Amino acid sequence: MDTLYEIMEKLLPFSWVEYNFMKNALIAIVIITPLFGILGTMIINNRMAFFSDSLGHSALTGIAVGSILGISDTNISMVLYAIVFALLLNYIKRRKTLSTDTVISVFSSFSMAIGLVILSRGGNFSRYSSLLVGDILSITVGEIGLLSIIFVITLTYWFLCFNRLNSVGINISLARSKNIASSLMEDSFSALIAIIVMLSIKWIGILIINALLILPAAASRNIATNMREYHLFSIMIAIFSGVNGLILSYYMGTATGPTVVIIAAVIFFITLFISPTRNR
Amino acid sequence: MLHNKKSGQQSRRQATDGHNNDSACGLHCIKVNDLTVHAGDQTIIDKVNLHIHCGRVTAIIGRNGAGKTTLIRAILGEIKHSGHIEFMDLKDKTMKNLKVGYVPQYVNIEKNTPMSVYDMFAGYVSNAPVFFKKSKKIYDMIKKQLSIFDAEDLIDKRACDLSGGELQRVLLAIAITPVPNLLLLDEPVSGIDRNGMELFYKNIQKLKESYDLAMIVISHDFEFVSRYADHVILLDKTILKEGSFDEVRQCDDFKKVFGGGIDGYSI
Repeated sequence: MDTLYEIMEKLLPFSWVEYNFMKNALIAIVIITPLFGILGTMIINNRMAFFSDSLGHSALTGIAVGSILGISDTNISMVLYAIVFALLLNYIKRRKTLSTDTVISVFSSFSMAIGLVILSRGGNFSRYSSLLVGDILSITVGEIGLLSIIFVITLTYWFLCFNRLNSVGINISLARSKNIASSLMEDSFSALIAIIVMLSIKWIGILIINALLILPAAASRNIATNMREYHLFSIMIAIFSGVNGLILSYYMGTATGPTVVIIAAVIFFITLFISPTRNR
Repeated sequence: MLHNKKSGQQSRRQATDGHNNDSACGLHCIKVNDLTVHAGDQTIIDKVNLHIHCGRVTAIIGRNGAGKTTLIRAILGEIKHSGHIEFMDLKDKTMKNLKVGYVPQYVNIEKNTPMSVYDMFAGYVSNAPVFFKKSKKIYDMIKKQLSIFDAEDLIDKRACDLSGGELQRVLLAIAITPVPNLLLLDEPVSGIDRNGMELFYKNIQKLKESYDLAMIVISHDFEFVSRYADHVILLDKTILKEGSFDEVRQCDDFKKVFGGGIDGYSI
């Protein structure tokens, strides 16, 4: 880690680079944002934007349930709860008795309400309010290690499963006729989103984490014509907004997460403006 | 008993048809026995028996909600059903695993999705991740498969920009890569214009003549059914009537479902 710090100090001619918390934040952002860019592509293709949003909202409930069960590490309780939540949603969605939107709405609001009720017992909810906006500057070296592991897992999963996941998104029956285990694909992808959202929510914040998942890919869709461009642009936009958001927030003294989102949103509108000329 | 007699007739007819058929040998036989699907207390498909040979087109017709799509999804193994499906090679009397191809009625591709036809196709036939790099070998193979249905020029287009007919030709090419034993088509001409339909008829004829596969087609298009179906099944939960189109369209159930007299059908 120290050598990495030294390299950064040599390469980056900025005053903020002398602070370790800024260096940590920068490393974390360079690890997290490409993941968001990658996952976002399929979240939009498979129309899961609302799903990932409600997953983010279930973070508080995860913490609440964890505190009741006596799990001290909030990361573990949040991830476990989110995975259960995601798989349960998929299960109910497959029974097709209600529309997906309705199922997600009902589940998400119910689960969030439970979380809020538990956490607000005794009136000390304010302890958790930092989760709403997140704070990337408080990230520790150990947590960066955890993110690196997730980074490797996600890339491996993407290389092994992307084709099948994409096929399931196009048409489930067609995918099944090609012997693709559609439920396994949907479930594993949902679980992966759950893990990544939960492990980065402390740094990004519940309120805006979904924007970071959706915006880079949405902007990329405006200018890409195939899957390779789609991924490349999405990753580039995600990293660009992340790094610049961090630096800007340092100089302006604003919260990092929302600053990143604003940059990504501006890029989205720019690409929206470019798109008609490119696609015709 | 009734069913056995019918399948006997079918196989005899198949034997004579087999002579003017180059690639379909007529010696692969698919039997669906007592296929039943329940949803809760309701029976959606009730004891359907089918007997199909390669090189033949079986058309399923019936009112909306008759269970046509459910039957296809049951054959695909997508929904729970009782009864079983057998696939036998009559040459050596061995049972084999049935490979099923499927051409869906619609696909879930949103506007503006950056997925080329190559990306979509490669996702089904290759494990090399399509977001990473384009493989020349797979690209050439896909182009060759698309050219069977005159769709090779579409390979670099975005899948969401294709017309109904173009998309269908791509889906047909995907469904027969690799060649299945049984090809299922769910309402293939819905949302396709006149020219597209003629092309589709031509393609089905081509499949029939040069591939060793059986086809089951759900269709509301009686022009297609009368011209290309070797066997027609009128379905409403169970098989109400089966035989040639002329036989089926003269039965009372047909008139009840589709109205009109013998020539009163519409396309």
